[in-house]
Amino acid sequence: MARITMREAISQALMEEMDRDPAVFILGEEVGVWGGTYAVTKGFYDKYGAERVKDTPIAENAILGAAIGAAMVGQRPIAELMTINFAFSAMDYIVNQAPKLRYMFGGQFSVPMVIRAVGGGGRQLGATHSQTPDSVFAHFPGLVVVSPGTPADAKGLLKSAIRSNDPVLFIEHATMYQVRGEVPEGEYLVPLGKSTVQRPGKDVTIVTYCKGLELSLKAADDLAKQGIEAEIVDLRTLRPLDMEPVLESFRKTNRAVVVEEGWKSYGVGAEVVSRMYEEAFDYADAPIVRVAQKEVPLPYNRTLEQAALPQIPDIVAAVKEVMK
Amino acid sequence: MEKEKALQMYYEMVLIRRVEERGAELYQAGKIGGFMHLYIGQEAVSTGLIAAREPRDRVITAYRDHGVALNCGISANEVMAELLGKVTGTSKGKGGSMHMADTEKNMWGGHAIVGGHLPIASGLALGDQYAGNDNVTICMFGDGATNIGYFHEALNLSKTWGLRVLWVCENNQYGMGTAVERASAVDEIRQKAEGYGMKNAQVDGMDVAKVYAAAQEAMQFVRENAQPYLLEVNTYRFRGHSMGDPERYRKQEEVKKWQENDPIGIFRAQLLRESLATEAELDALDARAESETQKSVEFAEASPEPGMDELFKDIYAA
Ligand SMILES: Cc1ncc(C[n+]2csc(CCOP(=O)(O)OP(=O)(O)O)c2C)c(N)n1
Ligand SMILES: [Mg+2]
Repeated sequence: MARITMREAISQALMEEMDRDPAVFILGEEVGVWGGTYAVTKGFYDKYGAERVKDTPIAENAILGAAIGAAMVGQRPIAELMTINFAFSAMDYIVNQAPKLRYMFGGQFSVPMVIRAVGGGGRQLGATHSQTPDSVFAHFPGLVVVSPGTPADAKGLLKSAIRSNDPVLFIEHATMYQVRGEVPEGEYLVPLGKSTVQRPGKDVTIVTYCKGLELSLKAADDLAKQGIEAEIVDLRTLRPLDMEPVLESFRKTNRAVVVEEGWKSYGVGAEVVSRMYEEAFDYADAPIVRVAQKEVPLPYNRTLEQAALPQIPDIVAAVKEVMK
Repeated sequence: MEKEKALQMYYEMVLIRRVEERGAELYQAGKIGGFMHLYIGQEAVSTGLIAAREPRDRVITAYRDHGVALNCGISANEVMAELLGKVTGTSKGKGGSMHMADTEKNMWGGHAIVGGHLPIASGLALGDQYAGNDNVTICMFGDGATNIGYFHEALNLSKTWGLRVLWVCENNQYGMGTAVERASAVDEIRQKAEGYGMKNAQVDGMDVAKVYAAAQEAMQFVRENAQPYLLEVNTYRFRGHSMGDPERYRKQEEVKKWQENDPIGIFRAQLLRESLATEAELDALDARAESETQKSVEFAEASPEPGMDELFKDIYAA
């Protein structure tokens, strides 16, 4: 296995799937000549040409609408949103068209497309460009929402997403492209809709995903030095949500913290904690604590922005609180 | 052109250039973060345009907004302080490079969602129409922004409702790395106004005198007829799209060719040729812009960061 970056892992998945299936093509802003705003598709334009790596006008509705249409007639488009913040400019297609076409027409239509989108804060981009609105999208039945936290999962989940016959929103984090990890070469699939334990432990359960995983793994190292062994469950797919590994861990540790980068109100943690209480209330030895972003639009100023985002010490403190 | 007006315009163009050059240095030094889009090369556009407005006319633009802010009369101090994320900045350090605004100067913001501010510009003009005045809203945007639905919806509404908007497309030939002809069905952006039966024109954006004249004519048309107007201004950004652009999409010769057409150099030569200014007068303005920029850096560096209380302020009306 090679130790590669998240960027390389995503790039590898895209290339392998494009090589495997001629129906797969990419469209989006600056994916071609520029090589992708985050350099994920660097070299693709030269390798696959303008037919399969399509630079689009700045027109999110047209990008997503065209991807849906092409998918309906049998192609497998990967539409790239330069950032997930621009999803709001094309919300109708993402939540009101793609997830409903199969159902509303009695199963006649299939929309096998992937929307790749970069989300997350921490880069001083200001309130409209720094969001983690994952739970908004996970609200809608018919849409699959994936957000990987390791390079291996990024590769395996993206390959599965491309092969899925449903529309998949694949959310990457803007500050995680340099994260390194072991990634299997060649064919490697991670199933959609399966949570997993990323770090075993016996004392407390941390439920998280994406950027929250990176932070929680570091927090768990700190906690281990203080004699607390945290078990980290990574959701990986937000819809459909697989609660089994979460509940299994919680039944063992009886204490849990949920970590997400987005806002707490109506967030991923709200959903996960409700389900934990619904299905395993009797196992709780302490109230579950959520770690999330402060309820403010993210400011440009670095000190303020960092204060608004969840940090490693916040996770450590939350764990100590549930361990009391 | 009157001498006083001409010298003021020259001064503003040089000030924009100096402030942004220092901004770029401070960015490299890690004192400015996030996205920063420089206006260098395009100074004649907002300078000529805004020189043609009355103070009651409103201005709204995209994220490439430092020049527009300075032309609107926002001080270099406040612009620099916002770039450095200080509480003395235009937006208290919470907006950054892309979000300069000052309602007292009738500058209604830099906006970071491409095309997103165009329907809002229609709304500014709607507010004025509703109030019964004849203020004009100047709305600036890039060539790339004319391919998104917002543009078309806003233009249509402004024509249908007779809103006083001067739509100004700064055609700098690229939207990020995508050349106009690779993304737009028509190369001349002004043609898009035709579909809405909207009066339109094209002007050379490297010549501030021409921009000023075209803007005066357009402003008058909008005000008198209660009709929108689209002005396409041809220009070029001398730097990358934002800091850290690898610029693989354009040739160095092309950039050089445009740089030979420096709007500041062109105007300087014109002022001397037409005896509107002497070398000594222009040198003095250069020196003033330099010292104003230097002072703005000192001011910004010495200013405090917003306190933690600012994090939770201005989310809702108090
Ligand atoms: C809705 C939306 N999509 C994409 C972006 C990313 N983006 C920012 S600037 C830009 C290019 C805009 O080009 P143009 O309108 O020509 O303005 P210029 O930068 O050349 O001044 C893009 C694609 C965005 N900010 N908003
Ligand atoms: Mg442009």
